[in-house]
Amino acid sequence: MAAPSLPGSGLLKGLRVTLKTMLSPATTAQYPHVKPELPPRTRGVIALMEENCTVCMLCAKECPDWCIYIDSSKETVPVEGGRTRTRNVLDRFAIDFALCMYCGICVEVCPFDALFWSPEFEYAEVDIRELTHEKDRLRAWMDTVPPPPPLEEGAVPPAEIEAGIAAARKEAEEAAAKAKSVAEGGAAAEAQGPQIDEELFARLVAEGTPERAARAKAKAAFVKAQKQRAAEGGAPTAPAQGEAKAGEAEAQGPQIDEELFARLVAEGTPERAARAKAKAAFVKAQKRREREEEGGQ
Amino acid sequence: MATSVFALEPLWLALLLQALAAVLLFLIGALVVGYLEHKVLAHMQDRLGPMEAIWHGIGQLPADGLKFLQKEDIIPTAADRWVFALAPAVAVVPGVVIIAVLPFGPGLWLTDLDAGIFFALAASGVTVLGTLMAGWSSANKFSLMGGLRGAAQLISYELPLVLAAAAIVIQAGTLSLPGIVEAQHGFTLFGVPMIYGVPHIIGLGLFFVAALAELSRPPFDMPIADSELIAGHMTEYTGMRYAFFMLSEYAGMVILSALATVLFLGGWYPWPGVGLPEGAAGMVLGFVITFAKILVLSAIMVWLRATFPRMREDQLQRLSWSVLIPLGLLNVVLVATAKVWF
Repeated sequence: MAAPSLPGSGLLKGLRVTLKTMLSPATTAQYPHVKPELPPRTRGVIALMEENCTVCMLCAKECPDWCIYIDSSKETVPVEGGRTRTRNVLDRFAIDFALCMYCGICVEVCPFDALFWSPEFEYAEVDIRELTHEKDRLRAWMDTVPPPPPLEEGAVPPAEIEAGIAAARKEAEEAAAKAKSVAEGGAAAEAQGPQIDEELFARLVAEGTPERAARAKAKAAFVKAQKQRAAEGGAPTAPAQGEAKAGEAEAQGPQIDEELFARLVAEGTPERAARAKAKAAFVKAQKRREREEEGGQ
Repeated sequence: MATSVFALEPLWLALLLQALAAVLLFLIGALVVGYLEHKVLAHMQDRLGPMEAIWHGIGQLPADGLKFLQKEDIIPTAADRWVFALAPAVAVVPGVVIIAVLPFGPGLWLTDLDAGIFFALAASGVTVLGTLMAGWSSANKFSLMGGLRGAAQLISYELPLVLAAAAIVIQAGTLSLPGIVEAQHGFTLFGVPMIYGVPHIIGLGLFFVAALAELSRPPFDMPIADSELIAGHMTEYTGMRYAFFMLSEYAGMVILSALATVLFLGGWYPWPGVGLPEGAAGMVLGFVITFAKILVLSAIMVWLRATFPRMREDQLQRLSWSVLIPLGLLNVVLVATAKVWF
């Protein structure tokens, strides 16, 4: 700007600032018409993943203003060939958002990933009693929980995801190997003129069977064996599928159940909610797969 | 020179129409400038201002007016009831009265007084009375301080306003406002058609600064300084009476901008020497040009409000008495000398 000796230059400087501000677009967000772009870790409302809750009561105990209400009962589960076990059943889980101070200690303290922050914040009520959200309402908030942010580049992926990728890759490799062996077998068989079971043929000849009869028998045995091998190898497209699966698992950042996601979006579920659900479904499926694998080994 | 469109035969009809036009112009002018202030100020502060009423908040001020109508009309127990109740009306009257002599286009004036500019400035001096009445009758120390500040300010800034106008009157050789516009239309500076604002740049500056102070607008809003005096002389007012004060402030912006347009910016002519078509088309065009100039001046007033902080009371008085008034006297001397010389 001009030298400070020039009187009135400060006034002009000020006028320039206001004029420039007027000509630049305002930062105001027209809230009810335009929803705010909230960061994913926004503390809007607490959602409950009911299936994960074991009624350990840690959240209710740690809550500084005691706004979490939990009721539970014991249920006996008969076990085959053993004594019956008891299991906790969640009867009531309610958070009074009129008392909640949004400290997030319950979310932090939950050891079973049953509580999550959701950025939704438009749940004002006319009656204060309506601010006590019961189990089903807290479960419904779960649909609005955003997926966890993608990992930093070079970060070690979580164990369960890594296990899932490894399992998919192993599956694909096995299938590929099987297909290869089938293909090789087929190629070798084609190379031979009259395809026969060489071993059986040699044995029969040695036993004194006439050569023609021995050849026919050996040929039948060979075809039978080949058919059996083909049945074991499965459809020829199998290796490609397996490979694709592994590739997919690696490519996706946040892994979700694509099919479920597409269906939910088509049904009109908000994309964020659909993504969260699809993600939950994917993780569930992956866990089941892992469990099966462990049981198989 | 054109005669007023209101020069009708039955006198009562002419008077009725004139009164109606004055009130309408007063209200519409105040609403338009009020909306302008809402929006310009908001954008200068990086916000949007009213957005909900009708379209981009265009109905905000009428809606506010409706709200003011519903408000309880409170008169403090200790207040001087009659003076208190009368003060807002006294504040509004000068505005409506001055509109009577303002030309808004060729023939678009209510009456062409021979002493138009004198009348306008004299009537604007009455505004002080409203401020003082409101301040005194409210029985509130903030009101009283605001009222006295207002009185001191309005009286001391009347002088530079009059001096700036006097220089124009010397230049134009007439006190009539349409006469000044016509005289300006024929004015040339070294052979180039020119508005008075260019040779009278000192006068224009004086007039504008004095007008801001007369209107108690920032940076000269000590009488209503909200951080010191709550709302000055308006502190005790509610509802429609308060709305009257606000209305007179916005109408005051229109009126003083209109006066500055007539005196310095060539009135309804787009530029001296550039004529307007005859008849109704010229009237409409003249009105649009006048109003555009008024809005530009009002926008500058808002711009200054958005930019500058309030001055201190002693700074305000010093500015008027030791800078503006000597400058105004010098301006009159210079203009008179130049007028005789050329």
